[in-house]
Amino acid sequence: MTHVNLNDGRYTATLFKSHIENNDTSECDDDEQWTIEIFERDLDITIVKNDENLMEIEFLNIDAPIVNAFRRIIMSEIPTMAIEKVFIGENTTIFQDDFLAHRLGLIPIKADPRLFEYRDENDMEGTPQDTIELSLKIKCVKNPEASKETGVTDLYLNRNVYSKSIKWVPLGNQSSFIKETIKPVNDDILIAKISPGQALDLKLHCVKGIGRDHAKFSPVATVYYRLHPAIEITRPIHGEDAKLLQSCFSKGVIEVKKDRSGKETAVVANARDDSLSRNYYMYKKFEDAIKMGLKKNHFIFYIESTGILSSESIFNESVEILISKCRNLLREVQELKES
Amino acid sequence: MGNSNLSFLNSLSCQKMVTIEDKGKLLPAFLGMKGLVKQHLDSFNHFIQVEIKNILKANAEVRCENDQNWFLRYLDIKVDSPRIEEGFNVSRPTTPHECRLRDITYSAPISVKLEYAKGQQRVVPSEYLVIGRMPIMVGSNNCILNGKSYAERMALKECPNDPGGYFIVNGSEKVILIHEQLSRNRILIEEGPVCQVTSATAERKSRTNLVINKKKQIVMKHNSFTDEGIHIFIVFKAMGFLSESEIVEYICGTLKENGEVDVNFLIPSIEACHKAEVWTSQQALQFMANRLKNKSSGLKAGENRRFSSIDLIRELLATTIIAHVPVTNLNFRLKAIYLAQMVRRLILAVDNPEYIDDRDYYGNKRLELAGSLIGLLFEDLLKRFNSELRMITDKNIGKVAAAQFDITKHMRQDLITNGLVNCIATGNWTLKRFKMERIGVSQVLSRLSYISALGMMTRINSQFEKTRKTSGPRSLQCSQWGLVCPCDTPEGESCGLIKNLALMTHITTDVDDKPIIDICLYFGFVLDINLCESGSKINQHPLVFVNGNIIGIAIQPETLVTTLRHLRRKGLISEFISVSINQLHKAVYIATDGGRLCRPYIIVNTSTGLPRVESKHIEKLNRGLMNFSDFINEGLIEYLDVNEASDAHIAIETKDIKMCVTTHLEIEPFTLLGVCAGLIPFPHNNQSPRNTYQCAMGKQAMGTIGLNQRERIDTLLYLLAYPQRPVVKTKTIELIHFDEMPAGQNAIVAVMSYSGYDIEDASIMNKASIDRGYGRCFVYRNQKCFLRRYPTMDGISDRIQGPIVEAEPPHKPIFRHAALDNDGIAAPGEIIKNRQLLVNKQSPIPGTAIDETGTGKVGSMNYSFKDVPITYRGIEDSCVEKVMITSNTEESFLIKLLLRQMRRPEVGDKFSSRHGQKGVIGLIVSQEDLPFNCEGICPDMVMNPHGFPSRMTVGKLKELVAGKSAIIKGTLHDGTAFGGTTIQEMTEIMQEYGHNYHGKEVMTSGITGEPLTAYIFFGPIYYQKLKHMVLDKVHGRSRGPKAVLTRQPTEGRARDGGLRLGEMERDCLIGHGVSMLLLERLMLSSDAFNVDVCTACGLLGYQKWCSYCQSSRSLADIQVPYAYKLLLQELQAMSIQPRLKLTHM
Repeated sequence: MTHVNLNDGRYTATLFKSHIENNDTSECDDDEQWTIEIFERDLDITIVKNDENLMEIEFLNIDAPIVNAFRRIIMSEIPTMAIEKVFIGENTTIFQDDFLAHRLGLIPIKADPRLFEYRDENDMEGTPQDTIELSLKIKCVKNPEASKETGVTDLYLNRNVYSKSIKWVPLGNQSSFIKETIKPVNDDILIAKISPGQALDLKLHCVKGIGRDHAKFSPVATVYYRLHPAIEITRPIHGEDAKLLQSCFSKGVIEVKKDRSGKETAVVANARDDSLSRNYYMYKKFEDAIKMGLKKNHFIFYIESTGILSSESIFNESVEILISKCRNLLREVQELKES
Repeated sequence: MGNSNLSFLNSLSCQKMVTIEDKGKLLPAFLGMKGLVKQHLDSFNHFIQVEIKNILKANAEVRCENDQNWFLRYLDIKVDSPRIEEGFNVSRPTTPHECRLRDITYSAPISVKLEYAKGQQRVVPSEYLVIGRMPIMVGSNNCILNGKSYAERMALKECPNDPGGYFIVNGSEKVILIHEQLSRNRILIEEGPVCQVTSATAERKSRTNLVINKKKQIVMKHNSFTDEGIHIFIVFKAMGFLSESEIVEYICGTLKENGEVDVNFLIPSIEACHKAEVWTSQQALQFMANRLKNKSSGLKAGENRRFSSIDLIRELLATTIIAHVPVTNLNFRLKAIYLAQMVRRLILAVDNPEYIDDRDYYGNKRLELAGSLIGLLFEDLLKRFNSELRMITDKNIGKVAAAQFDITKHMRQDLITNGLVNCIATGNWTLKRFKMERIGVSQVLSRLSYISALGMMTRINSQFEKTRKTSGPRSLQCSQWGLVCPCDTPEGESCGLIKNLALMTHITTDVDDKPIIDICLYFGFVLDINLCESGSKINQHPLVFVNGNIIGIAIQPETLVTTLRHLRRKGLISEFISVSINQLHKAVYIATDGGRLCRPYIIVNTSTGLPRVESKHIEKLNRGLMNFSDFINEGLIEYLDVNEASDAHIAIETKDIKMCVTTHLEIEPFTLLGVCAGLIPFPHNNQSPRNTYQCAMGKQAMGTIGLNQRERIDTLLYLLAYPQRPVVKTKTIELIHFDEMPAGQNAIVAVMSYSGYDIEDASIMNKASIDRGYGRCFVYRNQKCFLRRYPTMDGISDRIQGPIVEAEPPHKPIFRHAALDNDGIAAPGEIIKNRQLLVNKQSPIPGTAIDETGTGKVGSMNYSFKDVPITYRGIEDSCVEKVMITSNTEESFLIKLLLRQMRRPEVGDKFSSRHGQKGVIGLIVSQEDLPFNCEGICPDMVMNPHGFPSRMTVGKLKELVAGKSAIIKGTLHDGTAFGGTTIQEMTEIMQEYGHNYHGKEVMTSGITGEPLTAYIFFGPIYYQKLKHMVLDKVHGRSRGPKAVLTRQPTEGRARDGGLRLGEMERDCLIGHGVSMLLLERLMLSSDAFNVDVCTACGLLGYQKWCSYCQSSRSLADIQVPYAYKLLLQELQAMSIQPRLKLTHM
């Protein structure tokens, strides 16, 4: 990690008490022309964390619009499967049909969208190629085992309808080309609470869609990035003030170091973790002692998947989509030139 | 009551002083005991238990003119619990919910015990006889919900949090609003000065004025006399007080003393009396008789003839003038003393404006509630009932009949029943006896939201005219502190005239004043006025008034007052009796009448400066060993009305108590706000009108209207799909259970500018939030359908037919019948499109008698049926949620369908925060375009910061910071008025969890991907979705229906009308000189019509034929507006002959 000068507006945005300066990243460098070679040379991508549902990537020496493009594509253009049509066979619960349908639509369904095609909007039937059929059939009944002797206290079964009750009904030859059973990502999403005698009998159709059309198709809970903070202590801060300063930042950002004489000094230990609270501005005495900024070429990128797709494949998919978008653009430019 | 669940352990530590949190516990106890609409319930209960018996007693006997021996006497009356009568002699208890659903009246039989003469015998039926049905107030003692627990109310499908206090008449919920009026039977000095007394007794109402005329004479004015009035000394003389010095002494006291009253003021009045040559009582009465207005004697014409005019005046003086002062056996002494006091007050007010009373002062006001209004109505109806019985008796008693005349056979229930029901249903209170004609007394309970229903129950209506521009009655009055909410009033014409009660206000009911008079007189605190030998003695000491009547003088007024208060605190006299000294008037006022506003306070030991409520009491309260009435009974808390509160020194907080000065302590200062204003967090930080706006808007917010909302079938119901309780709550919210039935959602708001679609209070909304359910709402509507029976047509009734199916297989129903079930009623769950049928009803039409059998029998008519379908009309589709088939009281079938629409927010829908900041959605933006913070959080809503500077809603800023710190920490924060979480606490939490202490964050633009220059104020604010939605308002047409008469486009959205090019728009077009456009807009696009005009005679022809000229030679075809043609023909119809002269251009 290169040391960044906080005073250089080209690389850092400065956080003042009331506003941010030099926040724009797209300023053209006069001395350095942007070329793909330089970009390839300087670009540095580190995968900090790569869990199933959470991915943390660091980008260095990249422009904000490109990172933002990934974010926007992930959020609204990667297709997933979600419940779109609900056929109500029986609904004696107090929940309205449309309300229930809306709730069901928001449940993430673990199904690989790459295996399916988009379905026509007016198509009510669906084909094995574009539709997943699920069913939800449940009734709240008396628990036959409940009695004092058995010690079972639940008087009724199925008081709560959870997403685990949603079952896959393979259409046509679906079971042949779909290896993994299709089911909701989470088993414990509470859909409804029902009373004895109430029942639900629903047929659910999942279709492929993208987040731009409806948030339920978005493969992520959220995807975002932040700029790497830079903190500089311009004059040494000792003793009690050091402790106070430490409390003004997130945990672990400032460390109080004791030198041999027992004198305590505040030093920046880990600026990366700071939440940009700028609380040192609460104290007049720190206003001139701290300089804070954001590294404009250093992005910390987070993908929080809903669990339908792994966060890694989400990112790969977004790269694919960006590439295809670029290709489309180039082709169209070419066509324009030719005509 | 479930209020003691808030357990405070710190009260265990034995402190002598109560802390603020401690005394706040009294509030839930108070509301738990009384409920939120205690004033309505108390009033109605008082009517049913006490007042109705008094009314019966006053009208107990009916006699007739034809038979002196005949009589009918009521002995007792009672009102049972509500029942419905189904068919003949079948009746069963009913529930409010059943009445609402079936469109029937929630009423109970009124039954009387009576004795009457049957022939020569006296008959006393052992059973009570029903004379009518009384609509029962929901929640009153007679209501079946009374005393029911939470679970029991649920079982009856009633919302456990429903306040009650309304009536159910023909299925609709009606509230009798609280009416505000000036208090009766009190001396009131008005600007002028004029001394006015409005007297009201059970029999009579009258107004007596004392005025100083131009000649400086004091004159009494009354409706019965001519306008110049009667000189006051003549009135005294007519009452039998002949000595002028005696009269002067009654007015001014001893002449020797240099009293406050200037005797010289009376000289012109005495002179006037002398000039009129009135020396004796007879002369005085004659003088007054001469000035009697012709017709208005106040007594009936029949009585007029029997009395001499002098007797008449004497009667008038005794019963009508200052009617509330009793005159027994023509002993006018008390009335003369009262009149003297009036003169005295009048003279005092001439020099000293302090003596002029404030009409808007709440001590001079009385509130009229459902109980007394229904009481008036019932008495009127009972009198009519009795007179009807008398008439029937007069008609029948002489006749010789097979059966002996029995009055009980002639008692019809419907007179009283219908009288009560009609008045409550229409709100027209017309009582000829009191010349009372009021409209809008009752109103439909607004069930838009829980708050709107509650707000309606606490509403106070003023009697003042709305059109008058006077500011006095409209402005905030100092004396309404704590009793009437300072915020909650509508804007516009009724501003300040419609008010709302504060949270703790109680309205008194009538208490018998006899015991209190006895106490005063027998214990020797008060010297009986009849024992005061002279006027000088009377004027030496403070007078004692009980409900406006002088009962005596108090030698030691302080002792009297403290003793009475002591007795009250001991519980020996009613807690609602008010005793106060008025130093200015030199009087002790004791009030026991109903309609006074009062409020509980903690009593403070004045000598020690310690509140009587101590920690140990609160501890007992928490443990359920004490309830609120115990606090009253043990003399720890007492009710003070406005007059007594003016006499007290009340500390707001414990720390404000001053030794030897403070007499009372407020329970909680935020109770000075009402229910609606209580929802606002940090209202004390807002600019005052903003709180007023919120009070109006809170009533339009969608959310939850009751826990039984899904059982109801209302004409219009708005529900929120995901209501949330506010993160920043107030104590009022908890007290009224708003957190159980919320109306709004906690939206994450970014205060920043975004695009240009957020100017002028528009806001930007996140599409993903809407997708996930933010602001999603349900709109319910109902459709009713009756199946009538037609007795004129052989008792044939309407019928419902199944759907018509297509001829060819698969025999699907035709489009319009697609939603119908086999029984011809739309099936639950079906989606209904525009113009589709809900009920396929058919009505019989009287057809020609087709004699099928050939027998020629009369009556075997063959009726054909015509379609009278119930169709659905709406831009958007609806869904049938419920179908109810039942019967109503007319024994006809009643079918109710509940239709539902789910709506997601769209551009133009109205939202508002709790700070009077309303706005519409200007743009819906997808999530990726919105800014996000360093944790990836996107706003649900973007609000333009220009909303803040001019509105000064600092409370909203505080709500955001409080809300943010609350969700960071994972708790709820409090924003109660004059308290709540402090900024200090909030910033500490924010800092502790690594957030900026201001609530401002670094955010990244979703469009460019760069950080925003400004720090964004970002956090949760509770937003309400208001009922105004674009879908209900969109309107526009290219072509459409026309009115039949004028052939011009129809008007209004409901009729798919055209958009009017009005006069001002027309002026613009004229100004531009675009005559052809003008022609197009006003004629061609509207009602162009071709007419034939005969150029010879100038009249209109028809089909190229002029019937006037009898020729077709010279007809011209021109285009005119149809309305113009209509005008010509209408003029002809009234014998005006318009002729058109045509020329070639």
